[in-house]
Amino acid sequence: MCLAVPAKLITHNGLEGVVDLHGNRLPVNIMLTPDAQPGDWLLIHAGFAIEKLDPKQAGETWALLRDVAQAAANSPAGSEADASAHSSTGKGDRR
Amino acid sequence: MNIGARPSEELLRALHASAADIGRSIAFMEVCGTHTTSAFRCGLHSVMPKNVRLISGPGCPVCVTAQADIDELIDLGSRREITLCTYGDMLRVPGKHGSLEKARGDGANIEVVYSSLDAVRMAQTHPDRQVVFAAVGFETTAPATAAAICAAQELGLDNFTVLASHKLILPAMRALLSAADRPMIDGFLCPGHVSVIIGSDAYRCIVEEFNTPCVIGGFEPGLLLSSLLCLTEMIAAGRVALVNQYPQAVRPTGNAHAQALLQKVFETGNAHWRGLGLIPQSGLFLRQGYARFNAAQRFSLKPVEDREPAGCICGRIISGLALPPECKLFGRACTPVQPIGPCMVSSEGTCAAWFKYGPHRAESHGVAPAQQLQEVLP
Ligand code: SF4
Repeated sequence: MCLAVPAKLITHNGLEGVVDLHGNRLPVNIMLTPDAQPGDWLLIHAGFAIEKLDPKQAGETWALLRDVAQAAANSPAGSEADASAHSSTGKGDRR
Repeated sequence: MNIGARPSEELLRALHASAADIGRSIAFMEVCGTHTTSAFRCGLHSVMPKNVRLISGPGCPVCVTAQADIDELIDLGSRREITLCTYGDMLRVPGKHGSLEKARGDGANIEVVYSSLDAVRMAQTHPDRQVVFAAVGFETTAPATAAAICAAQELGLDNFTVLASHKLILPAMRALLSAADRPMIDGFLCPGHVSVIIGSDAYRCIVEEFNTPCVIGGFEPGLLLSSLLCLTEMIAAGRVALVNQYPQAVRPTGNAHAQALLQKVFETGNAHWRGLGLIPQSGLFLRQGYARFNAAQRFSLKPVEDREPAGCICGRIISGLALPPECKLFGRACTPVQPIGPCMVSSEGTCAAWFKYGPHRAESHGVAPAQQLQEVLP
């Protein structure tokens, strides 16, 4: 339930922002990160940005998620772990 | 998979080497339900050194919500004039008489929302309905509730209230460490996203007062391994410290905006935790100035007797005192399809994780969950 996922802020109008998450555009409230600017990586939880991420390290988090998915696809237990790598972000996206 | 410059295989080898140096059994508590699930999902338990145990803590908000709080939600959700908005996780938690999901099937107006602000919008667009938001969760989620209350106040809504059972993680960690039947905990893997809000410095009290190492870590397999290695190395070296391995998101003092918002709307008070009982100053309650947004007050809820399902040992499990297979109901009367306790309902519950990914599962599917990692073991 406490999962949050990194996403990039595309635009904002006051406290209402739009982030890019896996190519999807999602509305997000940025009142907890009021100095966020388009292009910033934010950590999103339940519709709120809860922190601004260090851009280099946010990129690494994504690279890691991709690695996990890829390693899983190459492993004998591939499909299960692959689904997990996605759901761990997808679930955060919903909750 | 690389963590900085260190691949997982190397981390795992280092973990085994440093665990061997310790020469006794040790246990680490992953406080957060998301860590529990991540660890099971990647098969971490199956590649742990023999003398290192991972135990689950009280960090799944659904699992620690007292049965009485669930019963109150079901009571509210079943009233004709009310639309109850809840996060999806709460839907299937059984109360004394069924769950919110069952109540919805029986005609109750229960809506699953993604954000607390969706509940505010619902109140705005349905002025003829009383909208109640089921506010559950730790410090990560509580600011969203505070924000919703402020938004409702600004909009002048008189049909929006919350039934808040938000909880604070540090008082629970302290309660565990102070308990008479204290579980064996040699170190904490601290919850990553709670820490985003409260900051890494918040755990200093655990390190200093209880002489217990704390590592704040991320959720992916390599980050988990890296945190466990950090804890094991500290113990091998006889060091007790606080280490933040999730600095990209967790600052020493946390998110000041979120803290200010929590401070503005909530005050702390004693709260009931499932299995852990009453923990002093461990809950967030609406300040007097926001009393008109308190659903318990508006709908004159009477205190409900708190009872736990017969035979369910969720409380012992989230205290690190028992493992799911020790429950007589596990996998028999209690399964994810027909859960009896919250630890089996929540996707982050320990019983659900054991059921889905535990050792019996791997065997029956003929796969070793972390085969790639196992190949590198000494
Ligand atoms: S298996 Fe079911 S009844 Fe037993 S502790 Fe877990 S949730 Fe409770």
